[in-house]
Formats: sequence, C-alpha cells, structure tokens
Amino acid sequence: MEHLVRRRYWWFAFSLLVILPGLYMLFLHPLITTGRFAIGLRPSIDFAGGALWELRFPDTTPESLTTDRIAQAFAAGGFEGAQVQLSPTTVDGRPVAAALVRTRPLSESDPNSEIEAVMKALTDAFGTVTRERLESVGPTVSAESTRSAVIAVLGASLVILLYLTWAFRKAPHPVRYGVCALISMLHDVLVVLGIAAILGVAIGLEVDALFLTALLTTLSFSVHDTIVVFDRIRENLLNRHPAETFDDIVNHSLVQTLPRSINTQLTTFFTLTALLLFGGDTIRNFVLMLLIGLISGTYSSIFNAAQLLVVWEHREWRNWFGRGRRGEAAQAV
Amino acid sequence: MQNRNLSALILIIVVTGLALAVNFAPNNNFLGRDVSVRLGLDLQGGIQVLLRSADPNATPEQIATAAGVIEQRVNALGVGETVVQRAGNDRIIVELPGVANPEQAIETLRGTGRLEFIDSQGQYLADGAIVRTSSSPNPPQLLESGTVTDVNSLGPIYQSITDGADLDTSAVQPTFSQGGALGSRPAVSFAFRGESARRLATFTAANVGRPMCIVLDNVVVSCPVINAALTDGSGVIEVTTEAERNQIFNKLKYGALPVPLVIETSRTVTATLGQESVAASIVAGIIGLSVVAIFMILFYRGPGLIATIALLIYTAISFAIYRLIPVTLTLPGIAGFILSIGLAVDANVLIFARLREEYRRGRDIRNALELGFVESWPAIRDSSVSTLITSIVLFMFGNSFGVSLIKGFALTLGLGIVISLFTAVIVTRTFLRVVLPLFSDERAWWFGVDRRETAPAATAAS
Repeated sequence: MEHLVRRRYWWFAFSLLVILPGLYMLFLHPLITTGRFAIGLRPSIDFAGGALWELRFPDTTPESLTTDRIAQAFAAGGFEGAQVQLSPTTVDGRPVAAALVRTRPLSESDPNSEIEAVMKALTDAFGTVTRERLESVGPTVSAESTRSAVIAVLGASLVILLYLTWAFRKAPHPVRYGVCALISMLHDVLVVLGIAAILGVAIGLEVDALFLTALLTTLSFSVHDTIVVFDRIRENLLNRHPAETFDDIVNHSLVQTLPRSINTQLTTFFTLTALLLFGGDTIRNFVLMLLIGLISGTYSSIFNAAQLLVVWEHREWRNWFGRGRRGEAAQAV
Repeated sequence: MQNRNLSALILIIVVTGLALAVNFAPNNNFLGRDVSVRLGLDLQGGIQVLLRSADPNATPEQIATAAGVIEQRVNALGVGETVVQRAGNDRIIVELPGVANPEQAIETLRGTGRLEFIDSQGQYLADGAIVRTSSSPNPPQLLESGTVTDVNSLGPIYQSITDGADLDTSAVQPTFSQGGALGSRPAVSFAFRGESARRLATFTAANVGRPMCIVLDNVVVSCPVINAALTDGSGVIEVTTEAERNQIFNKLKYGALPVPLVIETSRTVTATLGQESVAASIVAGIIGLSVVAIFMILFYRGPGLIATIALLIYTAISFAIYRLIPVTLTLPGIAGFILSIGLAVDANVLIFARLREEYRRGRDIRNALELGFVESWPAIRDSSVSTLITSIVLFMFGNSFGVSLIKGFALTLGLGIVISLFTAVIVTRTFLRVVLPLFSDERAWWFGVDRRETAPAATAAS
C-alpha cells in the first residue's frame, strides 16, 4: 500500500491504455473509414433529428421478422432508408417480435397521414402491428439541443472548477487542486466518450439526451470522489509531520480514504447494476454509461488526480524529455 | 447534550411521521391536497409535442394567444394532468397523458380553427380536399409536400366569403340538424358577426339552389346546397359522426389561433410500455435498496443497521416530497432517485470510516463518534455542493428545451442530495448518540469498531 504514489506512472499508463483506443475510435476511425473528419459518435434523433419508432409484431414469430422486410414496409409507407434494429422482447412470458426503426422526421404540418401510411404498409406485411413509442425531432430543435449540450458540459466544468478552487483556498496552491480535479474530470469524459464511440461501432450505441445526462453525472461523481481524496490531503498537510514528504502525505491520504472509496463505489455499483439488470431497455444504455463513468471517476480520483498533485509538486515534467526520463522511470518502478 | 438529542429525535419522528402520513394518506388526499404520485408520459403513456409557429414572423403576443386557446381546448378534452406551456419565443409545449388516440387529439388541438365559406363556383368539392382560399392562399399542408417551384401549380384560389376572425364563438354549439334528406345528423351551430355576416347573407341570397363549400383550416368539411339565404349570418355545419362533430366544435369554440402551428417534435409512448417500465423500475429500486442495506449491515454492523433505517426514512421523505411539490416521475427521474440512494449512503460511509479510524487511534467511542462527524463534514459538504451544481446545470439544460427527460433526472438527484444531507447526517448522528450508552468494549464488534492497530494512521493523528 505504500507504493500507490511511487507507481504513479503505471496508473497513468493504464489510463492511457483505456483512453487511446477510445480516442482512435473518436477521431481517427471516422477519418480512416470515410476520409472525412468527424466525431466518431452516433448521434441519436435528439441531436441529429429524425424519428424513432418502437414497434411490436404480435402476429409474427421473432424468427421470421427481418430488418429488410420492415425497411421495405417503411419504404412503401413513404420512408425510404429506414434503419431497422430488431429488439425481441417478452410480454407475459411469451416472446414477442419487436423492432426499433429510425427514419427521417415526420412531416411538421401533417404527421398523421404519414403515420397512417406506414402503419397500413406494416399491417399489410405483418398483420397486427402495435406502435409502442414514436418520437420525432425536427432539425431546428436537434441543432439547438446539440449547441446547449456543449454549453452545459462546459458550463458545469467551469462552475465546478471555480468551486473547487474556492473550497481549497486554505490549502497551499489552491489552483493546483482545481486543475488536477479538472484533468481527472477530462480523463473520465474521454473514457466515457471513447467507450461510447467503441460501442457505437460494436453495438450501435447512440448518443442521446440521456447519454449527455450520464456524462454530466459522471463529471459530478468524478469531482465528488476527487474532493474526498483532496480533502484528506488538505487536512494531512495542515497537520504535517516535519519528517513527512509530500509523497508520503498523498500516499497516506489515499490509503486512509481507500475504504470509503471502495465502499461508496460498491454501494453505487450495486444500485446501478440492479438498474442495469432489471430497469428495462429504455434506460439500459444510460445506466451502462453511468456505470462506466462511475468506475472511471473513482479510478481517476485515486490514480490520476492525487498523483498529478505529486507530479506538480516535483515539477516532474522537466524530466519527461531528455536524459532525466530514464532516471524517473527507474524510480517509478 | 441530552436535550439536543431529544429535540433532534422529536424532529426526526415528526418529519418521518409527516412523510408517512403523506405517503399513506387515504385517497391520496393530505389536508385537502392531492398527493398522488404523478407519473410522466414515459411511464403512464401519452404524447408530448413541441409546436412552433408556421409563420416565422409571429409575435410573442400571437404565440401567447395561441397557447391560451390551446389550453382551453386541452381543458375541454377533460383528461388529467395536462401541460400547455410556452417554450422560448415561438414554441408551445403540450403534454397529454393517457389519451386513446394521442396524434389525433394533437391534430385537433393545433388546428387553426379558421372557419371559412368559399365560393366554389358552383362545384361540389370532395370532403377532405385541401383547397387554397383567398384569405389563406398557401396552406402549410400543400407547401410541405415536395418542393414547390410554382405556386400557381397548386390549384385555383377560391374566393373566401367569410373571415374566420368574425366568428362569434359564443354561438358555437354542438347540436343536431333537423330533418333533411338524411334525417337527424350531428352538427355544430355557428354565427358570424359584422362584415362576414353581411357578405354571407348577400352571397347565399344570390345563390339559392347552388352549392357553397364550408372549409375549416383549408380542408373542405362539406359542400351543402344553399336552401335559403342565411340572413343573420348563422347556420349549422352537418357532419356524419359525433366524433367528427366534437373535433370541429373543439376547434371553433375557443376561437381561431392567430398563427398556424406545426409540430416540430413529438414523443408518444403507449400505456403498455409505460406500465412495463414502472414494473421494471420498482423491481430495480427494491433490489438496489436491499443490496445496499445488506452490504451496509454486513460491513458496518450496528451503524450499518442505523444507516439502513436512515435510508428507509430517506426513501419515505423523498416520496413524500415528490408527492407534495409535486414532482412528475419519469424513468430517468427514477434512475436519479435510485442513484441518489448510493449517494445518500456515501455520507454515512465517510462518517463510519472516520469513526472506525478515530476509534483505532485509541479515542473513546464518544469522541470517535463526534470526531467522525466533524472531520468528515467538509468532504460531505464539498461533494454535495458539486453534485448539486451539476444537477442545477442539468435542470437548466433540460428546462430550455423540450428535453424534459433530463429535468426529471436532475430534479430527483438534486432533491436527493439535499434530503440525504438531513438523513445521513442528522438522523444517523442522533440515532448513534441514542444507542451510545449501550456501548462497551466487549460489544465493540456490534458497533463495527475494533482497536486493531493501523501503523500509518497514527502519524497523521498528531
């Protein structure tokens, strides 16, 4: 346990190991596959506009339902290029064929005749079809949502940074705490975004308003955890023993807060896992992202934020390049 | 000390009692206030739409008038907790829970309600046909279908005889037409005032025996034959079904909208899907709460049990507040609540961890307990504030749009932080102080503490 601080570059390396593939999927993958620069996230209708239909097909067996047949029915109803995802479900213990279909948004002035046309085409092809959910978002609204999403993330980060600097005003170098907390927050944002980009390619995960909520909650959890650790460092610094080095104090504070970090992590982990397993399909992706953000937040508060304080204390970046680096690496092991 | 405990204990009992009284109020009526749990559209089924003026030059006053008219039409539908509210300068949010055919209902609500009589040049126009009239030559229904390059290709413009603004809404009544070839049929009576009434009288007097078309929002309702001049500007619109009659009546009764509205965003969920979500959330909530309780008791024993009781009080208070404010519970809102269970426990975990630590350093249990609370307070305060900041930002973000999903989450999370400060700090502390006299070194196990020495902790204590 005395080695938490001494091994700091191992912890940073592990963070990079998680973040780099995500960064690749976020920025390089779209560039390589499409040749254009884009963010490798799949925006949902909340941010890209469009319509989402959740349909159930009680007259059709799940096996005989194919995405092509559904897309054809949508095309016959006037919606070309529908993206269909099968999502079989169980109702009263029996399997029921179901699908999520994404199309262009509904007409603004006369949506009902469009809905009727699609439902008629679907009924002709599959018998009874029930429409459980239908959401349509126009292009103006989605553009505004995207803009204010960015504002919300930046605004929340800024206010939290200011609060942290204020809360640690009595500790030596209060700005350091704010900046280190912010870097570990950025770490969590990159982890969550990166995993979302990977899952976007792997399972078609979409970034929607709820995803943004998960991201912002991750920010607050990350800061929450970082504050608990920093608070202990601040306290131990004020009661500093003459023989203690800064490294000792940080290591010490980490060991002292470790039971709390693990226990809090576990209780929240339990509640979120319960939600993930039993909370239903609608919020599954949301809870998954919360869970990833939560784990990342706890990790970064212990293994990044506090360790960065040590890096800063020694101004170790002077050794990162050139000859000093070898000595540092040896010391780190 | 004893007095302070006593008053804190009384406060806790009163608050918990009130919370339980609200939660289990007979007929969900607490002191004359309706305290039933409000479920959001995603849980009880229904529709939410964001309406925007089709005319970009609409003034805020016109939107306000439109919102007022829609609100009256919504109230006339007679369904429960509806919402009609303005969003920004040119938008109106409408929420209708639990209606059978939500899209149709919205279609009626947003109908402009502009009743016109047009000179159809002696033709019988088909019912339901979209026509251009001289007072509304470019109906949005026609403009949107495909790209219109030449407005003249849309068809002839018929001369309007009346102006919708002259309709006397007090004369609009549901009725039945008398006799006629088809017998008694549902109908809506109407009357025009002023210039429109005079023009209608002149036109009908000159065209007895010829058809005249009744047009509502550029859609032909019917083309009756003029039997006699409508000298006082009043008459009836005959339709086939009562449902159709009610739609027309609702559109006309509260006056016309000053601007036509289009549906920018809509979200519909069926009641079936909503009930499935409610069932799933309840299961997830109970399992989450139980696992946390088991964990706390196994790990912290006596204090863990007290934390569990505090958690139950927390749940009772939360739901009582949801009922009182009232907070409309949505699926993300419930997720926010379940998440806040974890946060509510966090404060206790911080305190208990500190209590153990202080006890191991050799302090007696009373000092260790008080120090545990005092020393962990800054961390609890700072972390609560940062989560509160995030929930406020989320709430504002959700407020500025139709994204009410986020608002629900932010609200339950933020409330959870505030309530948990009460339960995790005051409730737990009071209960622990009350059971403190039971402590002895032999019973240390029950209090989850021991004297096992931890070497590094000793240095920091000085």
